[in-house]
Amino acid sequence: MTEQHTAPEPAAGLEEGVAGVGIDVSSADSLLGVDGSRFRHDYLEVRGLRVEFDGFVAVQGVDLTVTAGDLRFLIGPNGAGKTTIVDAITGLARATGSVKFGGVELLGRKTHRIARAGVGRTFQTASVFEELSVLQNLDIAAGARRGPAALLRRRGRVPESVEQALETIGLAHLRDTQAGILAHGQKQWLEIGMLLVQDARLLLLDEPVAGMSQAEREQTGDLLQRIGAQRTVVVVEHDMEFLRSFASSVTVLHMGRVLAEGTYAQVQADPRVQEVYLGSAGATRGARRGGRGTTGTDDSTAGDEKEA
Amino acid sequence: MSALDSLYRSSRARVIIGFAVAAVLLFGVAPATMSTFRLGLLGKFLCLAMVAVGIGLAWGRGGMLTLGQGVFFGLGAYMMAMHLKLADAAQVEGSGGVPDFMLLYGSGVVPGWWEPFRSPVVTVLAILVVPAGVAALLGFAVFTRRVRGAYFAILSQALAAAFAILLIGQQATTGGTNGLNGFRSFFGYDLADPVNKRMLFFIAAGALLVMVAIARQLMVSRFGELLVATRDQEDRVRFLGYDPAKIKVVAYAVAALMASVGGALFVPIVGIVSPADVGVVPSIGFLIGVAIGGRATLLGPVLGSIAVSWAQTSLSEQFPSGWIYAQGALFILVVAFLPGGLAELFTRWRRSRRTPVPDDGTATGDGGDPGDGPGPDESADITGPAYSGRTS
Repeated sequence: MTEQHTAPEPAAGLEEGVAGVGIDVSSADSLLGVDGSRFRHDYLEVRGLRVEFDGFVAVQGVDLTVTAGDLRFLIGPNGAGKTTIVDAITGLARATGSVKFGGVELLGRKTHRIARAGVGRTFQTASVFEELSVLQNLDIAAGARRGPAALLRRRGRVPESVEQALETIGLAHLRDTQAGILAHGQKQWLEIGMLLVQDARLLLLDEPVAGMSQAEREQTGDLLQRIGAQRTVVVVEHDMEFLRSFASSVTVLHMGRVLAEGTYAQVQADPRVQEVYLGSAGATRGARRGGRGTTGTDDSTAGDEKEA
Repeated sequence: MSALDSLYRSSRARVIIGFAVAAVLLFGVAPATMSTFRLGLLGKFLCLAMVAVGIGLAWGRGGMLTLGQGVFFGLGAYMMAMHLKLADAAQVEGSGGVPDFMLLYGSGVVPGWWEPFRSPVVTVLAILVVPAGVAALLGFAVFTRRVRGAYFAILSQALAAAFAILLIGQQATTGGTNGLNGFRSFFGYDLADPVNKRMLFFIAAGALLVMVAIARQLMVSRFGELLVATRDQEDRVRFLGYDPAKIKVVAYAVAALMASVGGALFVPIVGIVSPADVGVVPSIGFLIGVAIGGRATLLGPVLGSIAVSWAQTSLSEQFPSGWIYAQGALFILVVAFLPGGLAELFTRWRRSRRTPVPDDGTATGDGGDPGDGPGPDESADITGPAYSGRTS
């Protein structure tokens, strides 16, 4: 329906939960599994991605290669096309070019088929099922392959992966709490937990630590590193401090194109990146032209641009 | 006292008790205390309540504002009425098996699409299959194109309007504005006999209880959770690998099936079905009881629908034109102040009665017993307030 759900007040007792319990990275081992060999051949390969909205080109000629074990951050000023790229990969925005994950072409597939191919994402604003409990949220995320018979029955035993995810994201004590009254950070953790029980092999996280406290950020970063060591993870993020601490590689986007790519230090030292982030409006426009001309020279990934 | 208390707390016991109480009321108290006329009225209300159960599922849980359930109600009703007319005509000598109104207004030849309904088996199967099938086809066409919200509501209402107009236009084969009426027997039983009337009431009561049981199973199952998730965050469900269209189609088809059975039983109990029972106005009428009772709950739609029908009948007896105003006022009041319906009052009352022990404590206690359902579900069994608090 079209009605708005009024945001309920956080329940009493949730706050102490935040202070006392948090993400438990050590228990992630049981959920993620120590053997990562099944992810060995997973990698995200984006070639010549172009997204256009009513004549406005939001993303053009983007090439991106992210391998399993890489924790890739996408950064860039507002409107750089970060979220649009994630939308294109997950089938939400219509795009041309090629997006392959594990050798499977994703473009042109329906969103739920892309999800079944192992791609999971979160949103800028946590979009958990607010009226359902934490447990129910995770149970639904774990169940895309359930047949009609399993769906029409009441949940008997809680699936093991759901139990492990509850421990990992530190929400085991809130399992029967309505997701809508969780604190903001807890909702983001629940989203990550849903990706894990969904068994996503490519995780696309859109600003996962926005609005989190410093302690929560660190916990989240640790968990993302743990996941990233095994699977293919792409994080859209604005927070430079978070980026510096946890990114294993960074792609800088600007005006719908890849501006630079490399480690945090490499990207930070790039004069074009500095210009985009520090320059005036005029300099920004210059950087766009400059970016078009120079990406080919010193940036390996952006150098593959097929753009005319 | 503690034994009673634990009985109340056990969800399964509560459900069984609930159904037992309903069965005693419908099969014992009602026939013992009511006249044949009143019992017939209650039977009619039960048929309308069947439609409400389906709407509660599709609208309350699935978020599909079905403003056109009259179509499925009408399909069931007309198919049953066609069979009854044909069966009656077969008993009349010299009619050649042609229903009376066709001799009056038509060519005196039974059209080909009427013929299958001579068979009682085909008729019953068609009532169970055709409307659900139509709903599934329509749902697939509409939901895969991501038509939802007000657009879906308008579409479904337009369908009800078109259906009524179609019926009115086909005087020779559907009875036009008069509809189909004057049934004398129901599968061989004389409809004028009070014993058979009582039996019809029992059939309607049994059908309603079965439907409530089906709706309950769908609500507490994983499918029910998924349906609520789809209602609130359709895209998120999609990103988890589900096709939301399929989930919605199931709920929509089940709602259509319930409306169809309600319509089919409405015909012998009331004795007439006409376009006035299936068009836009009755389609909205189905919705009012659901909204007032509490659309996201299990019993809200049933009780709301029966209460509204009852109020309509008794108010109309006292003040012939007063009901329409009362209905409008009631609808506005509920939408403005009680979006969860009267069930919301019940939920609030129960919450206020419960001691404010933090939910976490009990929840963690529950966690040690994985065989048990989650906390919110437990309280959802009878009234289903778990998802109703903020559904508006």
